Amino acid sequence: MKKLRRSMLFLPGANAAMLSTSFVYKPDSIMFDLEDAVSIKEKDTARLLVAHTLKLGIYQKMGIETVVRINALDTPFGLDDLEAVVRAGVDVVRLPMTHSAENVHQLEAHIVRIEKELNRPIGSTKIIAAIESAEGVVNAVSIAKSSSRMIAIALAAFDYLVDMQTERGDGQELFYARCAVLHAARVAKIDAFDVVYSNVNDDEGFLREVKRVKQLGFNGKSLINPRQIELLHNAYAPSQKDLDNAKEIVEAAIEGERQGLGVVSLNGKMIDAPIITRAQMVIELANMSGVRQE
Amino acid sequence: MKITQTALAGTLESSDLLVKIEPSEQLEIVINSDVNKQFGKQIRHVVESTLASLNVNNGLIIIDDKGALDCVITARIQSAVLRASKDKAQWSELL
Repeated sequence: MKKLRRSMLFLPGANAAMLSTSFVYKPDSIMFDLEDAVSIKEKDTARLLVAHTLKLGIYQKMGIETVVRINALDTPFGLDDLEAVVRAGVDVVRLPMTHSAENVHQLEAHIVRIEKELNRPIGSTKIIAAIESAEGVVNAVSIAKSSSRMIAIALAAFDYLVDMQTERGDGQELFYARCAVLHAARVAKIDAFDVVYSNVNDDEGFLREVKRVKQLGFNGKSLINPRQIELLHNAYAPSQKDLDNAKEIVEAAIEGERQGLGVVSLNGKMIDAPIITRAQMVIELANMSGVRQE
Repeated sequence: MKITQTALAGTLESSDLLVKIEPSEQLEIVINSDVNKQFGKQIRHVVESTLASLNVNNGLIIIDDKGALDCVITARIQSAVLRASKDKAQWSELL
């Protein structure tokens, strides 16, 4: 069954209390941040805190995917971050400021070296690339296809909007980037995460944005507050009506196949392969996430 | 590793600890903990084994623990020792 990636919760890597307790919120993925959330003078200790927390294995036991956002490899911190978290057994490394496939290739070369040193299966550490520049958006397809380790690409708004010489508004300013990143993910058959919604007290605005990016096709969003997890998961769950309809479609398709019919119809509407595939996806999602509470 | 200068790591926030290390001829460990009655022995064990794994044989180590998990204690001590010794991290020894 495909891994659900609706929510990726950011946690500051220097906060001991949050690192060792945040599994209670049950996001699909938890992202320990060693980059922007950690001051330069705390980079060394945050790196060790995150690594030793990962070694505990609590998150994996809870079925929560572990991700670490390392510092960029051209900073004095990136390579040490990578050494620590790969050794500690992180599931996924999130590479910030990914501008090109070459950035991913550099990261992968280091991961291969560490995996070999540890006698780990080559390819066991996965990668998410964060796209946060105009160059990254334009190169999104080659980034998404740059490695078999790539499980998702994420759009990050703050730096991207600075690069584009604009600011956060109603979403219009992100429309091209969202579409480009999403298409790249679909070309590469990987997942796509949308940007964080930083006003944690505005549930209405958050849900409006979730509805928009879900409709576009994003698998989920990066989150900065645990309060947003339940809202997001509920919004991504299919409604009871959607589920009932999907079950009817699949049952009609099975019956049609049993009767050897080439074309099946339900309530006067033709059911073709994409409709059946979509219905199966809805049923699978409901099995994993439950049904939406209205 | 040899402790050559004073260093701090950690915080006094709940679930964390503050580690202070100073140069000294001998190894001396002082532990103050909010949960000393329940976990004092375990905390000392984690502190001593972490220092031993780093080959720290000298220094005054003062710990103010606010209920940190073992993984946090290990991480903060390693950070403080690295800062106090100025040695580069050897990842195969730290993790």
